[in-house]
Amino acid sequence: MIPLSWYLIFSAALFSIGLFGVLARKNVIGMLMGVELMLNAVNINLLAFWSYLYAGVNGLVFVAIVFVAAAAEVAVGLALIISIYRRKRTVVPDEVDGLRG
Amino acid sequence: MTIQTLVWLIPLPPLLAFGLIVLLTHRRRKLSHGLAIGSAGVSWLASMLVIIQALRMPKLAQTPIVSDIAWLPLANDPIRIGILVDPLTVVTLFFVSWTVLMIFIYSVGYHNFGQPDGEHDRPGLPPKGAHITDANGQAQHVPSVEPMYSRFFALISLFAFGMYLLVVTDNLLTLYIGWEVMGLCSYLLIGFWYAKPSARDAGMKAFLTTRIGDVFMLLGLAALYQVTGTLNFRATLANPAVLGELAAATSPVLGLSWAGLIAILLFIGTIGKSAQFPLHVWLPDAMEGPTPVSAMIHAATMVSAGVYLMVRFFPLLTAGWQPGEALTPAMQVVATIGTFTAIFAAVIALGQNDIKRVLAYSTISQLGFMLAAVGVGSFVAAAFHLVTHAFFKALLFLGSGSVIHGMEHGVMHTGEHLDPQDMRNMGGLRRTMPLTFWTFLAGGMALAGFPLVTAGFWSKDEILAGAFNGGNWVVFVTLAVAALLTAFYTMRLITLTFLGQPRTTAAGHAQESRREMTLPLAVLAFFSVTLGWVGIPQDFPLIGGILPNWLDEFLGGMLLTHGEAALHHSNIPLWTSLIVALGGLTLGWLAYRRQAAGQVDILERGLGPVYSLIQNKFYVDELYSLVFIRPAVWVSETLVAKWIDLGILDGILHGIANFGLWLGRQLLRWIDLLVITNTGNAVASGTGKFGGWLRRFHTGRIQQYMVMAMFLLILTGVLFYALVLV
Amino acid sequence: MSGMQIVFLVAAAITLVSAVLVVTLRRTMSSALLLVLTLLGVSVLFVLLQAQFFAVVQVLIYIGAVATLILFVVMLTRSVMDTSEPQVHKNWWLAALVSLVVFVALVVTLSSWQAFPQVQRAIPADSGENLAALGKALVDPNGFALPFEVASILLVATMIGAVYIASERKGEE
Repeated sequence: MIPLSWYLIFSAALFSIGLFGVLARKNVIGMLMGVELMLNAVNINLLAFWSYLYAGVNGLVFVAIVFVAAAAEVAVGLALIISIYRRKRTVVPDEVDGLRG
Repeated sequence: MTIQTLVWLIPLPPLLAFGLIVLLTHRRRKLSHGLAIGSAGVSWLASMLVIIQALRMPKLAQTPIVSDIAWLPLANDPIRIGILVDPLTVVTLFFVSWTVLMIFIYSVGYHNFGQPDGEHDRPGLPPKGAHITDANGQAQHVPSVEPMYSRFFALISLFAFGMYLLVVTDNLLTLYIGWEVMGLCSYLLIGFWYAKPSARDAGMKAFLTTRIGDVFMLLGLAALYQVTGTLNFRATLANPAVLGELAAATSPVLGLSWAGLIAILLFIGTIGKSAQFPLHVWLPDAMEGPTPVSAMIHAATMVSAGVYLMVRFFPLLTAGWQPGEALTPAMQVVATIGTFTAIFAAVIALGQNDIKRVLAYSTISQLGFMLAAVGVGSFVAAAFHLVTHAFFKALLFLGSGSVIHGMEHGVMHTGEHLDPQDMRNMGGLRRTMPLTFWTFLAGGMALAGFPLVTAGFWSKDEILAGAFNGGNWVVFVTLAVAALLTAFYTMRLITLTFLGQPRTTAAGHAQESRREMTLPLAVLAFFSVTLGWVGIPQDFPLIGGILPNWLDEFLGGMLLTHGEAALHHSNIPLWTSLIVALGGLTLGWLAYRRQAAGQVDILERGLGPVYSLIQNKFYVDELYSLVFIRPAVWVSETLVAKWIDLGILDGILHGIANFGLWLGRQLLRWIDLLVITNTGNAVASGTGKFGGWLRRFHTGRIQQYMVMAMFLLILTGVLFYALVLV
Repeated sequence: MSGMQIVFLVAAAITLVSAVLVVTLRRTMSSALLLVLTLLGVSVLFVLLQAQFFAVVQVLIYIGAVATLILFVVMLTRSVMDTSEPQVHKNWWLAALVSLVVFVALVVTLSSWQAFPQVQRAIPADSGENLAALGKALVDPNGFALPFEVASILLVATMIGAVYIASERKGEE
């Protein structure tokens, strides 16, 4: 029997690692991977609560929607990366500063 | 298919058309306008079926057609949306579906469908015309098709969706959604020719000005939800218990009752949307858009939506009030603003020379009439005038578009450089444009309230009678004067445009518009004349009672208090309407029948400086510019940007850096010379690094912002725990 | 310690280690490959949570689609990848600090919940998701039909948008 707290601590750890990736990576693809880790941590959390506390269907719907959002985010994000790469020959967000004031 | 399902489906075809045109057919002009008109036609057909069905139901006011679904299944109490067809919806739906369809058809002709592309036309500018060689080998300058033809139809389809949604909905939230959809569309359509700076500014002005009202309306919506827990019309407005409670409970603002406060907040929304004083400034500028848009916004839909809202919320506005009593504070506010706007805009309309601007100000004035009627408690009169006004004002706008088109044709023919919208350049158009003339005349007479035969007479008479019978003398007299002015400027408009001799060669060469444009004019003219006959008062001298006063029965049934206080009829308002209408028309004709080219306007000769005050719209725009816009620009450009940002913030940063440099220099000089060179160097470079580190907060790098955001989040969490939980 | 717990600990350890490597390695290619491993570990945890369906979905969508897409992009943009210098910012310690604080805050918040040790499984040991109920809830007008439709519109919009953004247009270099 695995205690609920294990899952929650695991997801907290995964979330923090992902956060580190988003904050620290130079490379925008690396940032995107960090976001994926964070989303996975959220899903673990949702499913853990579903499994332990609320056996209904609502938690599952949330997870499904997170999947959809993640897929959409990656598709658009990567399309943007390709587009920026094509114009600027870079994938480092700090070098893309067309909007800097 | 049940009638409920049919009502649900009414708003959808235009939305579908919008999507299809934008995504698929925007390159195919014919397909695009076919889709738009087809969708408007389907909505029109559905509306007519619903209206016929609704009219057959004997107790529609007590048992309206309703249907709703849970929209957002949140927690235990889902937000529900639904449809409601009661007598007010029926009459609104009637004029909306007719005018929308007519305007769609008219737009095909207005945008010169079927004409060649202009050589110099480009998206964002009105078409300038094309040079072609006709069958006889002669070069000709002819109108060219609008470059963004499909986009126009997509946008007006979305606009129609917003209006239908607003009309058939059964709750304030979806009404607000429709309201905002229209706000967006009006911005896009007023700024349709976005390459013209004036059109761009006008679009922004309309959007921002109405937004002021919308914020208050949203507050009213929130307040209503907070107090009653529902936004459904039936649950609040047709529920005497709720209304009584709202009227009795005192709100925290100015000692108003909750009912009064919510009504006033919603009314501010109406002030913005229906262009009432002091937020009327956007509507005349909105004339920068294409003329069908003017008809759409200023007659059929958007401005009507504001009045519709007030008529819909009439039970809330008048909660706790009985006919014959003194007005409640909220009603006084509505009546005052409406009455003042009616006369204010009517006066301004006297001094305008642009044919569309005269109509714009007359719209503002007529909306003021309606709101004044709402304010003095004449529910039926307001709704009646709303309907008749929608028809004759749509007619007048479309007619003016036809006139402008004819004038443009003349200008192209002669090659003169003159403004085809300026009435002083027209005259004598009745010969060259007979169909436009006769329909315009019908609309103009309805606007002026020409007795007995026009719809406008009957609805305006009801408003005057409502004000008179309620004992509101100031409102009655002011509105009577405004009605006189209305008749006067209407006659001025017609005389200058159509009667007399052409004042320019271009006017002489004007040409009747195409059938797509004149057909809607004829249909609208038919309604502008006949629609008044549904509401002839029972006790009208001679002809009262020949036709039953169907409208009063039909709409009045919605009111909880209807029929309790029978209003005694007096002939004074009747004579007043007769005199002001005929008097104004006669005066207008006498004053302007001899107006020659280049001659100074007779009012200008008579009034002198007052006239220039009128012509400049009482300098309201200039006042707003002085009081609001320039201070705002000053705050942003001078105060914030120049002083706070460049001065103080940068000053602090520079100060820190300078201080570091200074400190480094001092250290270098004193401690280095006196103590140890290396220590001095280390401190100085450390300070320099500190300055560089501070500067890093301004890099424009997203990840650093994220780090800062996380820091703040953590800080907030810590504070929360420290202050709230411990 | 039961067998389940051992499986959990092993899977969690692999996942976390590979996650750390994902965000720290210099070569983006290696990161992306390790991301696949991390996602696989997460799907193992899904199985342990008796969410078998979502474990499969995780493999299909995340590994099959998302990670593959990322790998493609990594390969497409390889020419500008410079692996000679660290792939994290100079002030990475700040990010590490923030992440650590977030982690500690989450754990502290969790440990303050008194009822924690008593929580028992709500799902019977031998069952998984009630997929029929989930499917019905997604298309039920009184359930989640609207969010579901919105999600599908989002996907369509994404598809169109991604194609539009990433497509090469005439007139560009």
